Amino acid sequence: MAITFTVNNKPATVDAGPETPLLWVVREHLKLTGTKYGCGAGMCGACTVHLDGKAMRSCQTPVAMVAGKNVTTIEGLSANSDHPLQKAWLDLQVPQCGYCQSGQIMQAAALLAANKNPSRDDIVRHMDGNICRCGTYPRILRAVERAAKQGA
Amino acid sequence: MGKIERNPTGTLSRRGFLEGSAGLSFALSIPGALFAPRVALADDATPGAIGAWVTISPDGAIVLAIPVAEMGQGSLTGLAMVFAEEMDADWSRVSTTYPPVKPEIFGNPIFGGMMVTYGSGSIRGYWDKVRLQAAAVRNVLMQAAADRWQVPLGELHTGPSLVVHAASNRSMSYGEIAGFAQVPATMPTIDKSALKKMADYRILGKNTPRLDIPGKINGSAQYAIDVQVPNMVYATVLRTPVEGGTPEHVDDAAALKVPGVLKVVPLKNSVGVVAETIEAAFKGREALKVSWSSLPTDSFNSADGMKDFLARAAKLDDKGVSYVAKGDADEAFAKAAKVMTAQYSSEYVYHAQMEPMNVTASVSPAGDSAEIWIGTQGVSPNVFAAAAMLKTTPDKIKLNQFYLGGGYGRRSPADMMPEVLPLAKAMQRPVKLIWTREQDVKSAQMRPMTGHQVEAALDADGKVTGWRHRVVGESVVAYRGTDKALEGAKGIDGILLEGSKHEYAIPNQSIAYLREKRGIAVAAWRGIGAGYNKFVVESFIDEIAAAQNKDPVAFRLELLKDEPRAQAVIKAVVDKSGWGKAVADGHALGFSYAKVVETYVAAVGEVSLDPKTGIVRAHRFWIALDPGIVLNPDSVLAQTEGNVIFGLSQTLKEQVSISGGQIEQNNFYDYPVLRMSEMPEIDIQVMPTDNPAKGMGEASLPLVAPCVGNALFKLAGKRFRALPLSPERVKAVTGV
Repeated sequence: MAITFTVNNKPATVDAGPETPLLWVVREHLKLTGTKYGCGAGMCGACTVHLDGKAMRSCQTPVAMVAGKNVTTIEGLSANSDHPLQKAWLDLQVPQCGYCQSGQIMQAAALLAANKNPSRDDIVRHMDGNICRCGTYPRILRAVERAAKQGA
Repeated sequence: MGKIERNPTGTLSRRGFLEGSAGLSFALSIPGALFAPRVALADDATPGAIGAWVTISPDGAIVLAIPVAEMGQGSLTGLAMVFAEEMDADWSRVSTTYPPVKPEIFGNPIFGGMMVTYGSGSIRGYWDKVRLQAAAVRNVLMQAAADRWQVPLGELHTGPSLVVHAASNRSMSYGEIAGFAQVPATMPTIDKSALKKMADYRILGKNTPRLDIPGKINGSAQYAIDVQVPNMVYATVLRTPVEGGTPEHVDDAAALKVPGVLKVVPLKNSVGVVAETIEAAFKGREALKVSWSSLPTDSFNSADGMKDFLARAAKLDDKGVSYVAKGDADEAFAKAAKVMTAQYSSEYVYHAQMEPMNVTASVSPAGDSAEIWIGTQGVSPNVFAAAAMLKTTPDKIKLNQFYLGGGYGRRSPADMMPEVLPLAKAMQRPVKLIWTREQDVKSAQMRPMTGHQVEAALDADGKVTGWRHRVVGESVVAYRGTDKALEGAKGIDGILLEGSKHEYAIPNQSIAYLREKRGIAVAAWRGIGAGYNKFVVESFIDEIAAAQNKDPVAFRLELLKDEPRAQAVIKAVVDKSGWGKAVADGHALGFSYAKVVETYVAAVGEVSLDPKTGIVRAHRFWIALDPGIVLNPDSVLAQTEGNVIFGLSQTLKEQVSISGGQIEQNNFYDYPVLRMSEMPEIDIQVMPTDNPAKGMGEASLPLVAPCVGNALFKLAGKRFRALPLSPERVKAVTGV
């Protein structure tokens, strides 16, 4: 069935079963491959996108649920990779393999949108659902703190 | 070519920018396209090609062909820095591409000349080769300038991308020279003594932003799972639940009823489901009913297996294969005033790389050539496997390399080829094959489960006169290759035994391998054998020190008198950590030292234990390390941070259990890995020395477990000898 929603401020219409995970719609139907498949079970956070500004696991979100709503993926977070989080990520050389990092950045962006001045505990609690197997957690934490300081 | 289409926000299709006037070097400098398939850069006819490794545009842009897989370890940038340094290039103009599959040119000398990326072997393996290549390029550029100016070569020197003739105050850019230089058919041979010295480095040794990172913060970095090939279909597989099983009866009726499912194809060890969409393929897999052939492995349970392994480790008359035989260990034990004995163990662990296994392939109608899109540590093995399967030659296999969403050893073998090639052949369309995470866990190729017996012979003064270490487990070399490969190595499994050797001055030593055959898929895992062997060695050394009421650091320094680099890192970490001073109530410090992949590392960990729950927490780690010449200091820090976290994850949490030959775990909910709330503070001191650059990607990982175990001994008064140190196991030891 045809489902219409907004992705990165552009209208999108896809033909997919209503229960199809948003993840596959975004990645394979719309070719926005920055959002990653990690576990398909909501356990790792690699597929994190924003739904009306809130962080969502796209692998656990049936596409029918987003009809008429606004989806933002990593590709739409900023026009020129210049979101304060992206700048901090670059400055602190956060990614290693990089596969989880779109999800990490989108998860962190939702935090800073809601809480301009998160404590270290706030950040850890908010980011704890996002796995990074390479072990970039120390840099992720510092980068979120730096972006918060610089006014995300 | 022309098959890669970028996502809409990337705005350029590959075809688009190749047709444009921007030219080759521009196309390849697009962030995220670093691993995109390239035009024949190595072709001598390419304008600006100086040999196979370098192309220089008239505007000075330099593209280096770097034959390493980038999986987060940073060696793509590291090796490019090595090349640029020796070539004396302007680093700001350097970008990279993956070279064509020509192992005769681009192979790694320490891995039989194959194009592979493993064993922390990229920098140490290519160190001389790349520097000599780069020096040859520089020499060709200088010779061209010398000919143009009619001056002797010896009067020239180079600056960043510049040849300079000081006497006449003239200079020419590399870009300009590349426009007219006659490149000799054979590149000049450079003597190693002419290579740059560490003191003259301009690029190496300075913090250098990694080339792959810009594409990794905006979603544009391309992993194999992201590839979009026109007309492709999707596939997934249901694999045998027991390693080696074959499908005997396939009931595909329900799967074929799933809308979008096109075909169900029985394969050697799996059943493929091909569909118009990935979601349909995954649904079709759920609907398959398959019965599998029975195997001896069907009766294997890892808990019982561990008992067997440990029982065998204790049977001293079962000698196994000798790995280290120094002095006369038997005599040392016969004469000992005291003998200490302990048994250690480690469970199977899973790579848990974040990108599930996947590959895309297209096979020609005649079935004699193929194009493959993959992120792999094993380029040569995949090309050879594909050629063998299609009964063709390697040159008929075009492999396109992408970034790897985690490797850690999992992406070395060619295990996807027997699935994707038959599927692509059957469909006569490109097939993008993606495993589900559950399949990735169920078909894990694990670090082997191991049982150990370790013994020390002491004389009347408490001096260690003998060391005996017996390692029991399945062979990685035999699984990855064949029994013949293991026989070729005289039965010594270098992957499984890695790290069992140590530098302690013990005159009589015996280290032996006792091979088990249980039919389980075992593989190299980050840190390989050192991940458990250093746990054994460094815990047991601590046991010996404690039995003599000696400080574990002083005890080790005594045994490492002739190892100045070891002494230096140990002393540094002791100073930094405040070893020997008071720590917070309920906390304790544990120590370990090791040389891993020829890098010297010492570590202290601050640990606490909740006796009621058995939960162990690591609060802080101090690491001091000497990897020789440091190429990119910040990258060394990043790798070491990752090592501590990965190492702590395997220390505290990770275990795959096997019942009836089948892996019991499914996904991250029953195979947890370390999360941010569990990470320790990490304090790293890098101590470069003017020694050849060595591996960084896994050097510190093996130090973590013994640090934690040795700290727990101080807290609980008991030894923790079985990995992982999960709450149940910890409570089993403390008895609380």
